[in-house]
Amino acid sequence: MSALATQPIFREALDPFPDLVAAYRAMLRIRMIEEAIVEHYPEQEMRCPVHLSIGQEAVPVGVCTNLRNTDQATTSHRCHAHYLAKGGDLRRMMAEIYGKAAGCCGGRGGSMHLFDSDAGMLLSLPIVASSVPIAVGAGLALKRRGGDGVAVAFLGDAATEEGVFHESMNLAMLRQLPVLFVVENNLYSVYTPLAARQPERPLINLALAHSMPAEHGDGNDVVAVHAITARAIERARAGGGPSFLVFDTYRWREHCGPNYDNDIGYRTNDEFMAWRELCPIDRAKRRIREERLLSAEQESRLRRDIEQEIADAIAFAREAPFPAPDSAGARVYA
Amino acid sequence: MPDNRLITVADALREAMDIALARDDNVLLMGEGVVDPKGIFGTTTGLVDKYGDERVIEMPVAENGFTGMAIGAALMGCRPVVVHQRVDFSLLSVEQLFNNAAKTFYVTGGGHTVPMVVRMIIGRGWGQGPAHSQALETLFALVPGLKVVLPTTAREAKGQLLAAIEDDNPVIMVEHRWVHYARGEVPEGYYTVPLDGPRRVREGNAATIVATSYMLLEAMRAADALEDVGIDCEVFDLAVLRPFRPEAIIESVRRTGRLLVVDTGFRLFGAGAELVAAVAEGAFDKLVEPPRRLGLPEHPTPSSRALLTNYYPSATMIVDAVAELTRAHSHRLSERRAALAEMLATLPVDVPNPTFQGPF
Repeated sequence: MSALATQPIFREALDPFPDLVAAYRAMLRIRMIEEAIVEHYPEQEMRCPVHLSIGQEAVPVGVCTNLRNTDQATTSHRCHAHYLAKGGDLRRMMAEIYGKAAGCCGGRGGSMHLFDSDAGMLLSLPIVASSVPIAVGAGLALKRRGGDGVAVAFLGDAATEEGVFHESMNLAMLRQLPVLFVVENNLYSVYTPLAARQPERPLINLALAHSMPAEHGDGNDVVAVHAITARAIERARAGGGPSFLVFDTYRWREHCGPNYDNDIGYRTNDEFMAWRELCPIDRAKRRIREERLLSAEQESRLRRDIEQEIADAIAFAREAPFPAPDSAGARVYA
Repeated sequence: MPDNRLITVADALREAMDIALARDDNVLLMGEGVVDPKGIFGTTTGLVDKYGDERVIEMPVAENGFTGMAIGAALMGCRPVVVHQRVDFSLLSVEQLFNNAAKTFYVTGGGHTVPMVVRMIIGRGWGQGPAHSQALETLFALVPGLKVVLPTTAREAKGQLLAAIEDDNPVIMVEHRWVHYARGEVPEGYYTVPLDGPRRVREGNAATIVATSYMLLEAMRAADALEDVGIDCEVFDLAVLRPFRPEAIIESVRRTGRLLVVDTGFRLFGAGAELVAAVAEGAFDKLVEPPRRLGLPEHPTPSSRALLTNYYPSATMIVDAVAELTRAHSHRLSERRAALAEMLATLPVDVPNPTFQGPF
């Protein structure tokens, strides 16, 4: 087995993290927003599927803290965290989940189609791996523009089983496009574990087939995610082509919906608790305390600000009008 | 230099692509074989030399992947033209076309447009067989958000492709391989033909014939024969399936009272089904005969030319259908039909008809 199969090809030491407090705040904000969805979901007013990223916040934040608004990102059905980390508008996200006209899709997409052009959140698509070649196309367009923009495809471990994922890797490598393939490996596709779906081998070996630079990291360590991504992005901006990054993490709640489902038999509570101990937000918080980056007062103000922002967004979404029923047939064609 | 030249549909499509690439730097051409020596039946020949391999891009054999790539590029302001040498190959990309190309403008409430064209070619003859000769235009027409265009005549093909590339919607262009050989008068330079519905190609009052793609050429041949015996048919080229605009056809049937639809694809669930429904809704009181449909029978396309003997609708079958619709039973008609049948019998069933010259 080649060295690439088991070891990162990047040899340099991890870069120092530029702003751990900002990353902590971004992760905490995503967590608190999704917990607010959990709290309000039983009211039966958010009448669309929700795929929560609670437990997985370090990957979106660690990646997106490297990105500019002009860089483009695509993602899957589990898109809230990517949308928020990329800078997507919270009010428009909540309004979309409530099915309102002020939603980012005007109520036409629901929680699985979040996008925000101003933030470079290009597209979320709920068919597994469907958005991966879209990011490759965004990379093609960015390269044609001649700047140093990059495109990021966020995908789950199951997406690597799709043919179009492999087609996209081949295309990006063939044309040396500025694209990052970022796998959040949360070990399950709905209820089916990775081991039941793929042979025993490191996921980053998939990149070997395309001679694509690849690296594997701890997806619950925002510092590691940021540093690994920074190197891949630097290379992409410099014309060095695509990279394949795999981050291991864990989805705390059910595949779709607000609840825990460790009792239904597809995974054990022990497994969940072990990952719970690796909470990316707790880990960042411990480090912030060790390094005294945030006072207790600053911390509580930070939380209060987020709480206020969420309350405002939910109130906005609840009070916003629904789209007019007779508008359903408009804008089918440009 | 004359304004119009007699050139083939294939040359007209190549000319349109050349003009589009020259006019707009955002236009890209991509597909399997777009830079190869055969150049997609001559429709892309030489373009890579002129515009470079960053704009005329050879693709790996990854139809869904490069269709998704084209969509992503389109979202970012490019205007990609994707080409499949057979309709059948495009089936691997239906996920991207149906879920993403067709829906993104709608789902984003107009926030994104997907300006792209997907050309795909229906094979026929020379043993193409069941997976190289499917006419699946109604499959694509099923999905709101896609436009579906069937270029058939040279002047229109050039203008339709230019219009499709300028369109901010995803446009599926289904070309019949035999249509590529058809010649017609084509103006020089840039012009567009709007993608706004069927085109009346012949006026008449005896019956309304609506044909799709290659079947238009058979219908015109049949209409010529019928005209010789005093039966003047109105003929429509159903050039644009989506958006579906049957108004002119309904108006025509309200005048003629008779409708024949000739499908290049399957008879059942084909374009004819939708048209007969539209005419039943819009001209029921004026129908003097039940509408008729011709199309492919209920089995896959076999390879051997022996098995194709009765597979494709022909001009003779169209003459017979119109004769039944108009209850015309003259000696002259029988003679003219026999002459047509004799001429068609000299043509192989499995190679493009060399007699067609156009223009119309």
